[in-house]
Amino acid sequence: MKTKKTALNGGEAISYAIKQVDVDVFAMYPITPQTPIIESYANHHNNGEVTTELILVESEHSALSTVIGSAASGARSVTATASQGLMYMYEVLSVASGLRLPIVMPVANRAISAPINIHCDHSDAMACLDQGWMMAFCESAQEAYDMTIFAFKLAEKVSLPIMVCIDGFYTSHNLENLETYEDKVVKKFVGDYKGPYNLLDTKKPISIGALSLPNTFFEIKVELFKAFDDVEKDFLEVSKDFEKTFGKKINFFEEYKVKDAEVVIVVMSSTAQSTKNVIDKLRKERKKVGLLRPILFRPFVYSKYLNTLKKAKEIIVLDRAEGPGSSSPLYKEIKLSVCDNDKKINVTSYVFGLGGRDLFEKDIEELLNGFIKGKPNKEKYLGLKK
Amino acid sequence: MTKENKKIGGVLEGGTSKQYSTGNWRHKKPIWDSKRCVQCMLCYVYCPDNCILVKKNKDGKLVRTETDLEFCKGCGICEKVCPVKCIKMVEEDKE
Repeated sequence: MKTKKTALNGGEAISYAIKQVDVDVFAMYPITPQTPIIESYANHHNNGEVTTELILVESEHSALSTVIGSAASGARSVTATASQGLMYMYEVLSVASGLRLPIVMPVANRAISAPINIHCDHSDAMACLDQGWMMAFCESAQEAYDMTIFAFKLAEKVSLPIMVCIDGFYTSHNLENLETYEDKVVKKFVGDYKGPYNLLDTKKPISIGALSLPNTFFEIKVELFKAFDDVEKDFLEVSKDFEKTFGKKINFFEEYKVKDAEVVIVVMSSTAQSTKNVIDKLRKERKKVGLLRPILFRPFVYSKYLNTLKKAKEIIVLDRAEGPGSSSPLYKEIKLSVCDNDKKINVTSYVFGLGGRDLFEKDIEELLNGFIKGKPNKEKYLGLKK
Repeated sequence: MTKENKKIGGVLEGGTSKQYSTGNWRHKKPIWDSKRCVQCMLCYVYCPDNCILVKKNKDGKLVRTETDLEFCKGCGICEKVCPVKCIKMVEEDKE
C-alpha cells in the first residue's frame, strides 16, 4: 500500500481521515480548539472532494441531535466539539448511546469553565465518562488520523458511539509530518455504513426513542452495558484488520519500556511524548523506568493492565483532570486494575496541566527521580506556582 | 413498550400503538346521540386518537359511527367542538 507524507495539524489530520471516509453527514458548530477539524473539512467540501451533507447548526446540542437523527436514518454521521460544547451536548450524549448509534465524534480536549479558559486539559471528556460512549485518547496527529479511521469501523461493529480525543492546541493546532493512506484503501477498510437500523426504510417501519417504563427500561440499559463487555473482542478484530491493511497496530494502550520497569509512569495523550524523552534519558542512566499510555479509556480493559503492570513496584499516575472530593479519573482506573494483585503495588496520583499549564521534561524527570531515590514528591498538583 | 417486541436500543417495529389499549386511561366516556348528529365531522377532525369511526352510508357518503372505546382516552374534545351538543361526557360507570 502506498503512503504519503503530509504536514497536517491534529485537527486537519482528523478532518483528512473523515474526508477519505467521505461521511454522509457532518453537523458543524465551531468551538476552540476543535475548530481546525470543521474548518478544514469545510474546505474539502468547498473543493468538491466530498459528497458529505454539511449541516451548520446553531449549537452543540443541535449538532449532536442532528447526527443522532441522521445516524438513525442510515447515514454515516460525524460531529466534533470540545469543552463547553461537549458540556452543552451532555443531555443528548446518552441518547446517542442509548439508541446504539455508531457516531464518531472527535473532541479536542479543553478545560471547562469557570474560570473560562481555552487551553488543554481533560476535564471535558472526563466529565462524560459514563454516558455509554467509547473513548480513545490520541497522542499525536498521526495517531488521531489512524484512530479516526479505526473508530468508524469499531463503532459500527459494536453499535456504540465513540469520542476520539486529542489534546487541544498541543495536538489540534501543532503541525506534524504524518503518514496518510490512499483514499480507496481507507474507503475499502471502512466499507459501507452499517447502522443498527434505518428509520427511513419504509418497508420496515420502526419507532425509536419510545417510552420505556419500569417493566422494560432496565433490560434495555443492561443490553447497552453488556455491549461494552464485547468491545474488547471486537477491538482486537478490527485492530488485526487495521494492521493487515495499514501495517500499524492499534492497542488498548501503549507500552514504552515497561517490561522490566520498576517505576512506571502512566499518562495519556500528548504528554506521553515528552515523557518518552525522559524515559530514554533515564534509561541511559540505567534507571528502570517505563511508560504506559492508555489509549482506549472506555471501555477500560482492566485485565490487560494488570498483566502489564504487575511487575512494577511503583506506579505514578498523571491525570490532566481532577475529581474534586474524590480521586482523579485515570488514577482510579489504574488503582482498580492493580488492586486484585497479590503483591502490593504503590500507586500515586498526581494532577498536572490544568487549563494548559505546561509540564516540562525536567518536571517529569524530577518526579521520576524522586521515586527512584525513595523520596516521592508530596505535592499532588504538579507545576503549581509557589 | 413490551418486552417481546424490543430490539437493539429499545427500537420498536412500527405501528405498535395498536397493541396498547389506551381506553383504560378513561374515567369519562363520550355518549353520542346519533339522532341529533348533523354529520359535520368536526369530532372526527379534532379527535387526537382517531377514535371517531367512520364508514360509507348507502349514498356513498362518509358518516361517523360509534366511538372506538378501546382507544378513547376520554379527553372530551369531541364534546367541546360539537356544534349541536350531541356528544356528552359521562362518568364511566354511568350511562
